[in-house]
Amino acid sequence: MLDDFLIRALLAGIGIALVTGPLGCFVVWRRMSFFGDTLSHSALLGVLLSVAFNLNISLTIFAVSSLIALILLRLQKTTNLPNDALLGLLSHSALAVGMVVLGFLSFIRFDIMGLLFGDILSVNVYDLLAIWIGGAFILLVLWYIWKPLFASTVNYELAEAEGMNPERVNAIFTILLAALIAISIKMVGLLLITGMLIIPTTMARNLSNNPKKMVILSIIGGLLSVFIGLYTSFEINTSSGPTIVVVALILFILSLVGIRKKNYG
Amino acid sequence: MSNNENILIKMSNAGIFKNDKWLVKDVSLEIQKGKIVTIIGPNGSGKSTTAKIALGLFKKINGHVDRHTNKISYVPQKVLIDWTLPLRVIDFMTLTQDLESDEVKYALNLTGVEHLMSRNIRELSGGEFQRVLLARAIAKKPELLVLDEPVQGVDFAGEVALYALIKKISETLNCGILLISHDLHVVMSATDYVVCLNGHVCCSGSPVDVAKDKNYKELFGERSSQLLSIYEHDHDHVHTADGNIEKNEN
Repeated sequence: MLDDFLIRALLAGIGIALVTGPLGCFVVWRRMSFFGDTLSHSALLGVLLSVAFNLNISLTIFAVSSLIALILLRLQKTTNLPNDALLGLLSHSALAVGMVVLGFLSFIRFDIMGLLFGDILSVNVYDLLAIWIGGAFILLVLWYIWKPLFASTVNYELAEAEGMNPERVNAIFTILLAALIAISIKMVGLLLITGMLIIPTTMARNLSNNPKKMVILSIIGGLLSVFIGLYTSFEINTSSGPTIVVVALILFILSLVGIRKKNYG
Repeated sequence: MSNNENILIKMSNAGIFKNDKWLVKDVSLEIQKGKIVTIIGPNGSGKSTTAKIALGLFKKINGHVDRHTNKISYVPQKVLIDWTLPLRVIDFMTLTQDLESDEVKYALNLTGVEHLMSRNIRELSGGEFQRVLLARAIAKKPELLVLDEPVQGVDFAGEVALYALIKKISETLNCGILLISHDLHVVMSATDYVVCLNGHVCCSGSPVDVAKDKNYKELFGERSSQLLSIYEHDHDHVHTADGNIEKNEN
């Protein structure tokens, strides 16, 4: 059954949607959507390095994205530059360095479109393993740091004053995001991962009045986007990643109908 | 101030030197169980910084801070809840702590906002939100409560009610309270010990002593010491933030 590429794509999509739901909520709550972009742009560099040196693609992306994330945390502490400027600096530097490295690798045939927008045909059993094992690990760690992470999202100093360690959980959360990007890049593509993270989440926000409900709804929104998006892309022969994101967008638009003012307080 | 067993926190010549200047310098104070210590001072005098030193939020400080409790609750100066985060009062109560539902109810009841339990945080008025902040802070029965300007955005009647509430909390829970304020008038009457700060400790002591101190008069003007007397009379009732009148229990 796993030979069928559509089944594989579906399993991959389900695995990814289960992780992007809760992580996406934190990305939105913490206003980090640009940060997701920065990490996924740096993934280009990771992909190229893995091709050039024949390394495991997911692990290399994870390593490069984590490195960029840690550099960011370091720069935030040592410079007085605003956050969005630092993110822009890292995001575009990583992208530019990636493209320059690509120039050196002219001997490699490279599917740049697949990298940017995802390619379900290329999802193999190893990718599936990476998604499900990696995804389970991400959710497990997130479960473990949920309380301090949530508290420091609401108020950093309050969490710190009451004995939590916001700096550490923030760093862990950043690494989790890097891991998510590493496992989902083949499926969704590096330009669209942030969309997968935040669009189902914003839909969920429109329909939620408490955090738990928002997490559950954003998982459901992600799953629906994957089901409908994959089916559609198969039927009308479009790229999987963009189609999934378009479905998420349609769900968001539909959620505007269900919006109730009281959810916004 | 003596009796070592009751000391929750003791700061000795504590200060922060950052970017070539002292944010605050040579602060010594101690907080005991059941006592309210108030820090007053003008804007930028280092009040919040002192509170953060007490809480241990700085890695590098000058001087010493001895903490004899880790059951500390904090009400920060600003808590902004982003609209992207749907948060009810009940979710906020359990933010840093696991609470039984009767613990939540008890705390909300003590601050008079039990009826707001399932409301969204962003729907609350300034006074209601301050009461929720207080309720969250006291729900686990802390030994030390640090309140940074807890009456912000609250009208005058609400302010008096909130200070009365803080007094009641310190008596009910027998916890020490470090209170930060820039409004001297109301706060002076509900305090056991006042530290007057302006980058360093200008003067400190009981409210009556501080009001007489010439440094205090210099900092806040001659009229400020007369203010105290206005509020020294006994209230037989208090006005709560929602407009009700409660009999004063004292």
